[in-house]
Amino acid sequence: MQVQSMHFKQTASTKLNDAVLQKALKKSKSKFVDGRALGVAEVDNWEDIRTYAAALRDRVIDNLDAYLIEFERNAIRRGAQVHWAETAEEANAIVLGIAQKNAVKTITKSKSMVTEEIALNGTLIGAGIRVMETDLGEYILQLADEAPSHIVAPAVHKSKEQVAELFMNAHHKPRLTDIPSMTREAREQLRSHFLGADMGISGANFIVAETGTTLTVTNEGNADLVTTLPRIHCVVTGIEKVIPTMEDFATLIRLLPRSAIGQSIVNYLTLTTGVKAPDESDGPEQMHIVLVDAGRTKLVGSDMKDMLRCIRCGACMNHCPVYQNVGGHAYGWVYPGPMGSVLTPTYVGIENAGDLPNAATFCGECQVVCPVKIPLPDLMRKWRERQFDMKLRPFGERAAISLWGFFVQRPRLYALATRIGARVASMMGGEQKLIHSLPGIDGWTQGRDMPAPAGETFRELYAAKSAAKQVAR
Amino acid sequence: MKVGLFITCLVDLVRPNIGFAALKLLEDAGCEVIVPASQTCCGQPGYNSGARDIAKTLAKKVLAEFKDCDYVVAPSGSCSGQMKLHVVEDLFKGEPEEAEFRALAAKWYELSDFLVNVLKSEKLAGKFKGTVTYHDSCAGLRELGIKTQPRALLETSGCTLNEMQDAEKCCGFGGTFSIKLGEISTRMAENKCVNIGVAGADAVVGGDLGCLLNIEGRLRRNGDMKTKVYHFAEVVAGMTE
Ligand code: SF4
Repeated sequence: MQVQSMHFKQTASTKLNDAVLQKALKKSKSKFVDGRALGVAEVDNWEDIRTYAAALRDRVIDNLDAYLIEFERNAIRRGAQVHWAETAEEANAIVLGIAQKNAVKTITKSKSMVTEEIALNGTLIGAGIRVMETDLGEYILQLADEAPSHIVAPAVHKSKEQVAELFMNAHHKPRLTDIPSMTREAREQLRSHFLGADMGISGANFIVAETGTTLTVTNEGNADLVTTLPRIHCVVTGIEKVIPTMEDFATLIRLLPRSAIGQSIVNYLTLTTGVKAPDESDGPEQMHIVLVDAGRTKLVGSDMKDMLRCIRCGACMNHCPVYQNVGGHAYGWVYPGPMGSVLTPTYVGIENAGDLPNAATFCGECQVVCPVKIPLPDLMRKWRERQFDMKLRPFGERAAISLWGFFVQRPRLYALATRIGARVASMMGGEQKLIHSLPGIDGWTQGRDMPAPAGETFRELYAAKSAAKQVAR
Repeated sequence: MKVGLFITCLVDLVRPNIGFAALKLLEDAGCEVIVPASQTCCGQPGYNSGARDIAKTLAKKVLAEFKDCDYVVAPSGSCSGQMKLHVVEDLFKGEPEEAEFRALAAKWYELSDFLVNVLKSEKLAGKFKGTVTYHDSCAGLRELGIKTQPRALLETSGCTLNEMQDAEKCCGFGGTFSIKLGEISTRMAENKCVNIGVAGADAVVGGDLGCLLNIEGRLRRNGDMKTKVYHFAEVVAGMTE
């Protein structure tokens, strides 16, 4: 996917004025936020589980190599082939190679953000292979030729009417008006693809080291069909998704769907371990697991390593007041919201990430809801520090900080500057004591007045008062 | 009891009345209040803009100014979060000064927390007889757990509380965010103003001047000249005029 993050501010402005999007965001907000609150309330030791899960994920990241090798060994033992891809290009080449070697013409896919990250569909389609997305949201976006705007609910930005329009045109059927019949029609369309596909591609929510299992959670069951019906199953996943044991999965699954949408459990847990055994009636003849690095090992041991704990639940964006108002596309790459503002600079380069680390008020909601306690504001701040050190922010902003820094360290000069500033600004406020426009802070005054200063600073008034007291004594 | 009063840069420059209200509340409770004349800012604007070194220099300055006090009190959750949390958990973590900053953090209080939990103030000068709605500023709420303290003070001083919906949602201020990403910030302020309007109180009250300026700025731009905007210190000290 092409990186558009440097245009965050402009795109966000368009999105703020997109009535359809705003309606969709409001609707999804209550589902995600209220839903999560209810889901979390069911569990009386929620905080303990979070603490445990964060420590568990830390342990994995600190021993990533060992767990991955254990995973590889066990996956191979069950007949899977494990491939290691250092870059996005390598991952694409591996998957394409598997497809071409096996004369694959059609592929079904279940939802996978990593394949969005490496832009796998483009590679496969470019080579003449037919790729069908089977997650309902992803299917809608494939018809619309759009990128996901959310990591859990990819088409959350679309309205029912927009989907009806897409289906009518793509399926050549009468326009539908209700969601159940649209879902039914999509299922009908997808059925023949499920049955006819040569290869199925899935992502993984977790991969389990002790068994060599890959795990996918869905509400639609499409991952079941993608992973078992075609003769080849290919899993594409980030290396950080490994967890030690099935028991660890039992812990994490208490957090994941609740954090994502408040569900205590998902409709389908798809566990795939190796190829079809001689005594089994279904399953793929070949299973390939592509372990993608694409920047992840750079984080191990770095000051951003906490980010690798992420289990992709989406709670941080669902609760982020910036995301709630601008939606996911404004962030300009695969991952939106706070986790995206940390990951995008990591994976595409800080110089391409534009305003993302600054697209936060540091209100802290993301950190409070994150099931694995990732200190997202702190990580965004680290990116800001790097931007500052690398002089990546606009000149005016850097100059303002330096100037401010100069004065605040010199109390006498500061007292003089604020004394003048308070008077000038107070005069500008006029009778209403409101400043309607002020060059330099027009980002503020375009949408808000600036309440004018009283005219004298606290320090002046306090000094005068203290002096008066002295005299009185 | 020697209490250092930390005057935030915004209070100093824009609304000194909040500083005097805090001073009155502390003096009324019998504290010996000292206000170091050299104080300027806690350094948070630099910290959150990526200027770590400036933030560290300022933190040291604050430490030097307040080290001899028994307590330090600030009429802001945001600056208090900076000194109680970020300075020790990040800026000076693992450095020689860490212990000194930890000691400062331990005696540093946000004003409402200090009045309720240390001074246990019960007699307050406030006499605001109208209805108020309280906006929870993010840093105070999520970093320091400031939630019930200002409400208790407001009720003790005779206010009727009309809670707004999403009182805990960010108002969009976020320091320099309000200027750098002004359009998004304005929308967040607008959402807050809608909820304030629905709550229908005479005044919106909060504990951080930055948020209050943001909210007031949007209310006035919308033509609402009637809804008052106060820091809780002004209300409970009876200094709203
Ligand atoms: S950062 Fe935390 S809240 Fe956000 S998607 Fe990852 S696990 Fe979920």
